Amino acid sequence: MRPRILLVLSTLLILAALFMVFVYVPTDAEQGNIQRIFYFHVSVAWIAFLAFFVTFVAGIAYLAKRNPFWDMVASASAEIGLVFTTLILITGSIWARPMWGVWWTWDARLTSSLVLWLIYLSYFIVRSYITDEERKARFAAVVGIIGFVDVPIVALAIQFSRTQHPSALIFEGGLAGSMLVTLLVSIAAFTALYLLFLAVRVHLKEDESELNSLKEAMRE
Amino acid sequence: MNSNNLGYLFAAYSIIWLVVLGYVFTLIRREKALRKEIAALKEGMKKA
Repeated sequence: MRPRILLVLSTLLILAALFMVFVYVPTDAEQGNIQRIFYFHVSVAWIAFLAFFVTFVAGIAYLAKRNPFWDMVASASAEIGLVFTTLILITGSIWARPMWGVWWTWDARLTSSLVLWLIYLSYFIVRSYITDEERKARFAAVVGIIGFVDVPIVALAIQFSRTQHPSALIFEGGLAGSMLVTLLVSIAAFTALYLLFLAVRVHLKEDESELNSLKEAMRE
Repeated sequence: MNSNNLGYLFAAYSIIWLVVLGYVFTLIRREKALRKEIAALKEGMKKA
């Protein structure tokens, strides 16, 4: 999809999601207004997982084909994933303060999310330390593939361990219809935003590659 | 409901948009800088 169409689509969906979160959906009887963080917190988490899945798949594609395009896709998606994982940690922490009385607790879901953030931070540290483009792409692909192992751990942490984190109501049928619709619209809005960011970031990486080629041509 | 929670809600949504807009801003800045550098290099190659 073209970036211009994605920009219009994501803008419209974000406006619709904001309207639904603050006007349409009723206030949660137990948590009150603070529950409204949930709609964007879950959407942001979905995007981080999707972004790291794309990095994982693009990493495998790079190792199989050695086409630099796949490295561009993998690193662009990892960058977006890192931004959105930062948002998971911040919004989760802001929700936890009034609900649990603490900003942070070392339970399975929160700790594995922090580990996920650190893994993808190390992905960029690896990239910044290697100058040879082919080696950089190969090492980063390996980190992106191994790092993805933490995504199902984060997702399943609430199933397999004792945690304070709320359970996945969406899969248990515990969400009211209006809440589910609001969540789905929010997820659609952030998915469109992710695709827009990915298209722009890959295009930017193509420009960076063109610039490096021009510089090499100048040297010759 | 504790009315103070509205402050937390406002903080969460503000931070989301600040981070997203900050990321958009860095993308625009990088794009402009790259285009400028590519144009300057192409110009230099033409002259050479």
